[in-house]
Amino acid sequence: MPVKDYLRLRFLPHIWCPGCGHGIVMSGMIRAIEQIGLQKNEVVAVSGIGCSSRIVGYLDFHTMHTLHGRALAFATGVKLGRPDLTVIVPMGDGDALAIGGNHFIHAARRNIDLTAIIMNNRIYGMTGGQGSPMTPQGMRSTTSPRGIADPAFDIVELAKGAGASFVARTTTYHATELTRMIEKAIRHRGFSVVEVLSQCPVYYGRQNRIGNGMEMMKGFRDDTAPIGSKKKEARPDLIERGIFVDEDRPPYPGGRGGTNETTMQK
Amino acid sequence: MNPERADVRFMQGNEAVAEAALYAGLRFYAGYPITPSTEIAEILSKRLPDAGGTFIQMEDEIASLCTIIGASLTGLKVMTATSGPGFSLMQEAIGYAVMAEVPSVIVNVQRGGPSTGLPTAVAQGDVNQARWGAHGDHSIVTLTASNLQDVFLMTVEGFNMAETYRTPVILLFDEIVGHMREKVVIPKPGEIEIIERLWTSVREGTNFHPYLRREDGRLPMSAFGGVHRYNVTGLVHDMWGFPSTDPGIAYDLLHHLVDKLENRADSMAHYKEYFIDDAQVLLISYGSAARSALQMVADRRKRGAKLGLLELQSLWPFPRETVREACEGRTHILVVEMNMGQVCHEVKKVVSRPERVFLANRFDGVFISPEDILRVLNMIQGKGV
Ligand code: SF4
Repeated sequence: MPVKDYLRLRFLPHIWCPGCGHGIVMSGMIRAIEQIGLQKNEVVAVSGIGCSSRIVGYLDFHTMHTLHGRALAFATGVKLGRPDLTVIVPMGDGDALAIGGNHFIHAARRNIDLTAIIMNNRIYGMTGGQGSPMTPQGMRSTTSPRGIADPAFDIVELAKGAGASFVARTTTYHATELTRMIEKAIRHRGFSVVEVLSQCPVYYGRQNRIGNGMEMMKGFRDDTAPIGSKKKEARPDLIERGIFVDEDRPPYPGGRGGTNETTMQK
Repeated sequence: MNPERADVRFMQGNEAVAEAALYAGLRFYAGYPITPSTEIAEILSKRLPDAGGTFIQMEDEIASLCTIIGASLTGLKVMTATSGPGFSLMQEAIGYAVMAEVPSVIVNVQRGGPSTGLPTAVAQGDVNQARWGAHGDHSIVTLTASNLQDVFLMTVEGFNMAETYRTPVILLFDEIVGHMREKVVIPKPGEIEIIERLWTSVREGTNFHPYLRREDGRLPMSAFGGVHRYNVTGLVHDMWGFPSTDPGIAYDLLHHLVDKLENRADSMAHYKEYFIDDAQVLLISYGSAARSALQMVADRRKRGAKLGLLELQSLWPFPRETVREACEGRTHILVVEMNMGQVCHEVKKVVSRPERVFLANRFDGVFISPEDILRVLNMIQGKGV
């Protein structure tokens, strides 16, 4: 099916700025779902708040645009209510890891069968460019004019530590890789995390003089390298891309009729 | 068990809530433990899976309410239970359930506050939080009860209202009600009407509007996973559920959210009257405090005092007309509650002579006694203490 068959055309044009990376993530999601062959009625997309979370409005699935940081909690209810549905949770970096940090680690701990896509643009876009837990130390934001003091999270390490059974990282520059990873993440049974470095040229790019969307994407090309590649060996400072964890572990018991520890012991 | 014999049990208030929720068709519970509501989660962790439902203990109260909202959209009857501080955490998601019109039931077994306050002591300090905890103009349903048979009935009624009005319903009990033990007659299946969600009859392929009102005000739903795909959001939205900043749409939506409940405040109201007809002094009370109020009224009646009691079981939307009419022509109105006058203030707002409304209260974690109430009554009647 053409991409437009998955979109609610009535709601377009979208609100994203020219050069923003979120549209690339959206098309990656659509392609992945198409390749798996899921029917539109079988998919639920649950987002939080922010530029990235507006993605669900444009998608012709069952969709929920929830509260800042709480997307994974809402999605948990949807998945346990209808375990047969595919539940995808697109979030922003602040959404997932600042206000939503607690829900993130616990969803990972439970290994609940959700696919979390974190669009990491390292900034709060919708509120106008404030620092997020993913803004690298020393970089500028409207709330860190002298450079941000706090160290950033490493999403991959955090997800691994919390027990996610599928963890991957890619960027909007690597569009085919992005589609492939989202596809794998959706097919994976258990909690899957896909971190996508996505550009916000309007705030992060401009404040830190990185340039427009295209230049930022070139940065993703130059500053990242596949896991274990020669490029990474030569330059250890590069950000690794690829699938870091892909473990076959039983997901959280789904369905009505037994989901908690008490019940499982029976 | 003899099927003819009524199912009579001796149980705790929190147990009555759990039993009633199952009777009403509860299929999904998410919660986080907090005194004095914890037994509800403990009982449901065992009973709900046996009844074919799902129980999950979440990482906090915020997640609990978000999770049941998600589950409700898949078509299940849902509930969470908490107490004061946990209820505060839930407020943002309560607003979401109001805005997105998602049926959900939230039990708050009140404890003393603010903050950690008096965790194991009785209080009724969350009346205003139930009404105004969530930000923005909105309306909310809040029910309460003073004995366990009524706890059962009001819990079932809470589920029925949630499904009828597509709204979150708050069951506001208190520590005494939650922890006391009493006889409860469990109604037979079918004895109390159970209202099921109104599903859309619109066929696949036809444009379905999740927020298009029928003439009777009800909004038919379609569950996630069904044939109709739509968007659910906390933003102001049109009848498709899509975000809008159109002033006309915002005006209509906010009016709808408020009017669908406030315009029915009196027809939806639950209350009980005791010795009302010839009462010169009317007591108004609710929850466990109403037990002391009733005791005091009954005691003084024996001595010829013309006292009556209006026990409120609907706190929000506030039954304005019911209260105004009941207060008409009385010499004094005495509101009995365990807070600094949260319902007393509402009563003053609706009666024609607010200067005649007085408050008998305690907020020190000690149950208000009939003597406490009598002392205030004597004072306002000029009989000294
Ligand atoms: S503010 Fe940034 S993240 Fe938001 S739409 Fe614009 S470019 Fe994208």
